[in-house]
Amino acid sequence: MAVQALDAARLPVDWAKLVQKLALATALFVVAYGVVPAYASGYLVEAILLPFLALSLAAVGLNLLTGYCGQLSLGSSAFMAVGAFGAYNFNLRVEGLPLAVTMILAGISAAGFGVVFGLPSLRLRGFYLAVSTLAAQFFGQWALTKFGWFSNDNPSGVISAPHLAVAGLSLDSATGRYLLSVTTVMVLTALVWRLVNSATGRNFIAVRDNETAARVIGVPVLRTKLLAFAISSFIIGIAGVLWAFTYLRTVEPAGFNLDRSFQILFIIIIGGLASIRGAFLGAAFIVVLPLFLSRLGAFLFGGLFDSGVLDMSQRIVLGALIIIFLIAEPSGLSALFDRLKRRIGSRSS
Amino acid sequence: MIGASLGAAAYERASEISAILAVANPVGDRRLARLSSRPDVVLALSGIGISFGGVKALSDVDLEVEVGEIRAVIGPNGAGKSSLINIISGLYHADRGRIAIGGQSFSRVPASRLARLGVARTFQNLALFGGLSVRNNIACGRVHTRRASFVEHIAGLPRARSEDAGIAEKTDQIVAFLHLESVADRLVATLPYGLQKRVELARALVAEPKLLLLDEPMAGLTATEKAEMAGFVRAARDRHGVTIILIEHDIGVVMGLSDRVAVLDYGRKIADGTPAEVRADPAVIRAYIGTAEGENGEDIR
Repeated sequence: MAVQALDAARLPVDWAKLVQKLALATALFVVAYGVVPAYASGYLVEAILLPFLALSLAAVGLNLLTGYCGQLSLGSSAFMAVGAFGAYNFNLRVEGLPLAVTMILAGISAAGFGVVFGLPSLRLRGFYLAVSTLAAQFFGQWALTKFGWFSNDNPSGVISAPHLAVAGLSLDSATGRYLLSVTTVMVLTALVWRLVNSATGRNFIAVRDNETAARVIGVPVLRTKLLAFAISSFIIGIAGVLWAFTYLRTVEPAGFNLDRSFQILFIIIIGGLASIRGAFLGAAFIVVLPLFLSRLGAFLFGGLFDSGVLDMSQRIVLGALIIIFLIAEPSGLSALFDRLKRRIGSRSS
Repeated sequence: MIGASLGAAAYERASEISAILAVANPVGDRRLARLSSRPDVVLALSGIGISFGGVKALSDVDLEVEVGEIRAVIGPNGAGKSSLINIISGLYHADRGRIAIGGQSFSRVPASRLARLGVARTFQNLALFGGLSVRNNIACGRVHTRRASFVEHIAGLPRARSEDAGIAEKTDQIVAFLHLESVADRLVATLPYGLQKRVELARALVAEPKLLLLDEPMAGLTATEKAEMAGFVRAARDRHGVTIILIEHDIGVVMGLSDRVAVLDYGRKIADGTPAEVRADPAVIRAYIGTAEGENGEDIR
């Protein structure tokens, strides 16, 4: 009772802010479940929203590990692969397993894989740890190609998405897959948001900012690091399920290569480390950039700008942007966004 | 066969015992056992030695700290003060000697259990969590009392919430005690140096330690800030009853603040006693002032 009174005294409820937040949340729900399913074209959903959602979730997962807990990882793509192939096998081999359970089991498989390859973090830091997580990347891809069991003995290791349904309702249409994806992403993001604002999230930041001090005040450093690997891999694993089942529909192990790991790392660098919003901004940027470049290139150079040139120009622009962001705005798009909001706010008032 | 293996076992046993005897220091161990059984001794060091690549940073240092005292350890640069505090907090492991904390004796203090042993510390160069607010930095100081798992925190279950509420209350008390209210919700990295030092003291105090190790708490502060900090250190002892070990370079502050002073020079303890006794000790004057005054212009009187 006394504590509550104290809290109330310390934090006078800011009604204007609360109303603003509620309005934002309502708008988000209306857009996600009303406007998009009703009006978005098949192209927008299939080519932009589905990859955006899967990559955002993977970036949220990696941000937990790298942004909040300070453990650099280049194994994200392997964790996605474990999730995707795990879900495929659970669905294939266990009759009548509900989709939600399949996804959770896939996430748990990825978490287990993540913990094993997170063990070097107990001894290694920074760049050396990143190199050791490459082992996860190469091992994952190798094992999935080498052992036919994982892809149900498909000669090229390809898996196809199963029939997706929740409570008898088919989700195989573009809209259905979108709804599955957006719901999964929203639920997991909400849980991550709760986590990073809890004592556990503060332990992550403590380990990142000063490991020695964290140890001395009693943060269980080893357990915290492994927990970060587990939760992060769980989320990235489920992002892998979304990537394979809702976006691509057929994937092979080579689809989860090192390039994808780097892509997710670039998303959180450009979007903003240790920021959930940054993961979404970065993913949107990465998904939209090639489309934007191809339009711009076609407009400026016409037929000269073919897919090869597009690929090259995309790499060049992305590389330049990473360097610019690391130097000029290490907190990423998320910080730019805040600054913009403040400037508009100060101008209007 | 059996005889041979028995013989081998006996030989191993004998060599183990002789190895122990070679390292053991019976006189020091008895002294430590006597000291650590006394309830008024919070910390006792016995025959502590450590070297780094052939350089002896500390050799044969004894120290005992009684409940409720402010115990200063001073000495010129490189005298081994920071090594001593790092050994007590388990960040370094002594090559020789034992450490008794609250009746438990260690040759290597487990740093990860330090908070639960009732020991908190600050660092010479700030060791705060730059990405957290002042309040959250301080709240981290009670992390060793938490039991709720991350699932309980995400789900907001009763145990997690009552822990949070309890820690928030303790944090508020310390924030008020150290006059940090006006900056409590700012990111700690945005504060000036003097305030960051104070936040570090707050993070250590919120743990309600029996023993507080302060590694140069005044270093880099202005004269006003030093006086303030000295006031806080004294108040922490007077109001919270915490025993304090103070490593300090600034002798003026130490003499006014501490109950007993130990002086280190070249890794050896050359004097130990009340400020008045130490001030008059010819060895201290020779070793400490002779060098320190020449280099830094500091005055012991």
